[in-house]
Amino acid sequence: MEIGGIIAYLVSFAIMAGIYAVFCLGLNIQWGYTGLFNIGIAGFFCIGAYASAMITTPKPTGIYAQYVHQIFGLNLPFIVGIVGAAIICGVIAFLIGIPTLKLGEDYLAIATLGIAEAIRLVFNNEHWLANGPRGLMGLPQPLQGLVDAKDYNYIYLIIIVIIMVVIYLSIERVIRSPWGRVLRGIREDEVSAAMSGKDIFHFKMQSLVFGSMVMGIGGALYAHYTKSISPDVFTPLYGTFIIWVMLMAGGSGNNKGAVLGAYAIWAVWIGTKFMTDFLPYTLKARAPYIRFLLIGILLEIILIYRPQGLLGEEKKVSKLID
Amino acid sequence: MIILQIKDITVGYTEIDILHEVNINVPSGEIVSIIGPNGAGKSTLLKTIFGLLKPRHGKVTFKEWDITGLKPNMVVRKGISYVPQVDNVFPSMTIQENLEMGAFIRNDDYSLRLREVYELFPIMAERKKQKVGHLSGGQRQMVAMGRALMLDPEVLLLDEPSAGLAPVLVSGIFEKIKDINATGVAIIIVEQNAREALKMAHHGYVLATGRNVLDDRGDALLANQEVGRLYLGG
Amino acid sequence: MLELTTYGVVLGSIIALGAIGLSMVYGIVRFANFAHGEFMTAGAYIALFMVTGVSSWIGIPDNTFASLSFGWRMVFAFPFSMACVAGIAILFDRILYRKLRAKKSGPVMFAMSSLGASFIIRMVLLIIWGADYRFYRPGLMRPALQLPWGIKIRPDQILILCVVLFLVVALHLFLQNTKMGKAMRATADNAELALITGIDTERIIIWTWGIGGALAAAGGILYGIDVQIHGEMGWNFLIPLFAAAILGSIGNIYGALIGGLTIGIAQQLSTAFMLPTYKLAVAFVIMIVILFIRPQGIFGKE
Repeated sequence: MEIGGIIAYLVSFAIMAGIYAVFCLGLNIQWGYTGLFNIGIAGFFCIGAYASAMITTPKPTGIYAQYVHQIFGLNLPFIVGIVGAAIICGVIAFLIGIPTLKLGEDYLAIATLGIAEAIRLVFNNEHWLANGPRGLMGLPQPLQGLVDAKDYNYIYLIIIVIIMVVIYLSIERVIRSPWGRVLRGIREDEVSAAMSGKDIFHFKMQSLVFGSMVMGIGGALYAHYTKSISPDVFTPLYGTFIIWVMLMAGGSGNNKGAVLGAYAIWAVWIGTKFMTDFLPYTLKARAPYIRFLLIGILLEIILIYRPQGLLGEEKKVSKLID
Repeated sequence: MIILQIKDITVGYTEIDILHEVNINVPSGEIVSIIGPNGAGKSTLLKTIFGLLKPRHGKVTFKEWDITGLKPNMVVRKGISYVPQVDNVFPSMTIQENLEMGAFIRNDDYSLRLREVYELFPIMAERKKQKVGHLSGGQRQMVAMGRALMLDPEVLLLDEPSAGLAPVLVSGIFEKIKDINATGVAIIIVEQNAREALKMAHHGYVLATGRNVLDDRGDALLANQEVGRLYLGG
Repeated sequence: MLELTTYGVVLGSIIALGAIGLSMVYGIVRFANFAHGEFMTAGAYIALFMVTGVSSWIGIPDNTFASLSFGWRMVFAFPFSMACVAGIAILFDRILYRKLRAKKSGPVMFAMSSLGASFIIRMVLLIIWGADYRFYRPGLMRPALQLPWGIKIRPDQILILCVVLFLVVALHLFLQNTKMGKAMRATADNAELALITGIDTERIIIWTWGIGGALAAAGGILYGIDVQIHGEMGWNFLIPLFAAAILGSIGNIYGALIGGLTIGIAQQLSTAFMLPTYKLAVAFVIMIVILFIRPQGIFGKE
């Protein structure tokens, strides 16, 4: 395999891992800082992707409209898609948060799980919404015309890195503010935090909303990378579970850990593909199951032997102390 | 003879210690009352004896055994029973079932013991099949003590038995405690109601801010002016 | 309408078996077991293996009973599968959750670990059996019986109701009359007091996993008999199981039974005016509504 091919492969690896890193940063806000156990990430992944897709494509007209159904199509630029995805996810998170945030931790988990499944069901069955199981295709990519199609991924990688860095720095900034310290206080000990007079519900809601907005951005980035999306992409495995493994592996409560975990676990995931390439023919069809089995076992090992992940939780809490 | 000895116990729930070098001696068959202001660590002491907390320093000796840090379900097998202050019954189970749970680790026929406990608490016998959650506070307290007695303990640890009870029921509970003691069981009673606790005590200890302050015979402490002023409400 | 309700009762009784185990585990071991649905799937597949594989090796005849769709092979496979899944549940506890208990981890760690366990179990099942839909007895025509009042029910389904009734009654007798059963109820009531009383809570936990796993397996097999066996079935049951357990007050076994029946009937009735694929969403909406207006469930205290 020539060097050009290897570099191209690494670039697409870096892009996918970068997209997942964005999700991990979002999850870190919710779990790492506030202790919200959200296992409905796939739902925000789905909504963010579809939102950006429909914002950036035109609504089908004429004969085309008979084959592709979208509830809306604004044909606006990429940046609007990203922002739109974030806003829509934030709103949905807010609506979800109203009934669920006052529940205990495991109840919140069950609720978020159900929501993600319900969202996938709706997108799959309501064809008028976003073309049902066939999904949307031909999604535009930003700065498309700038280079040859075969070199486009380099541009996208740069875009992803820029967005990832912006998100990372924003979160780091915010977490050192008084607001951020309250969030951490909630995770440490909710009862004491409540007794110190802060309105816990509002803080949890803000954390849920901001985390979801970041996840929405991740979904949008995914959509414009793969150029086509459909409901069966956003499964509990690819859309929720693997992100949790990434965050736990890298270090929850730590933004560097979130990014590191995404790259590390994505590397493991790709690594398992090479391993299963050596399987005898009869087992080839089972390869994805074997790979996910290994990821599942990896999570259990992490939870028991190193729950703080590779980097552990970040200790710095205040601009004044650093 | 001293059946239970607590020596230089230092213990806390977190890095902060609640008890500092506490010493208590319990003679066989006697009532030892531990009084003192709120937060003095009295409940913590009982939990440490029973193994719910591991002391940082010090020793708990029961008969010839060193039971320091021994787990609760082993301590109870040695012959010490514990009645917590709250959540001390199984509310969804009947009185009879609560007593049966008390006897859980017994492998013998305990019907004689069951009869003895019912004789001690006749009201419970009348309502064997009632769910304990529906009983009044005073009745629940009796079930809690009955449950602890099913194993024929040599030492009974009572954590504020009169807490939350209506005043008219308090003397009834203390009468029952005396009855239990009359059967030969040594009792450590931790109490907010210092006066009543000292009245029936053979020996009393005053604890404040987690340390021994004073100890003497029960009647001597009652007569003590200082104790009367500080802890008995003058 | 009545037909939908009848089938709702059948489905609901299957959900109830899972919900009872889930409720027990929550009440005694104290966490939300996200792998419970996979216990059902595992039960169904192990029974499949026993019925199609092992039975023919040992030489059990392949006939069916009267108008039922199964025979001696299932009679042999059923309890065996229940025992296997009981064992699997206990195994996961010993390997994973016990270590987390020793470290005094919070409920989220347990829930996350059980989520991982659910994927591990599902992947193993998919590796062994693949993603195709399977049947215990393929190609069998199973006509419905016509009962009075226009109720239509298949003989298999009547037997499902009988089996569920039998298991629930057996569980009730166990919990009310045996020493271990009472100790389990005590631990669910007040775990610290149970410890103080000398009850070995680790043994109680093992029994809880065993019973919970066995009941879930039974539910999975019954579903397999009635509908089909496939890798996703457990995950699809997860939300209805939680909805039923929460509706009936989590930790309350009899509540879980009522909750299961309610969810089953509600799901079936919803197909009268909604796509059947939305049945899952129906269970979910009921759960959210209950959590919003009465989170302690029907039988819970304020």
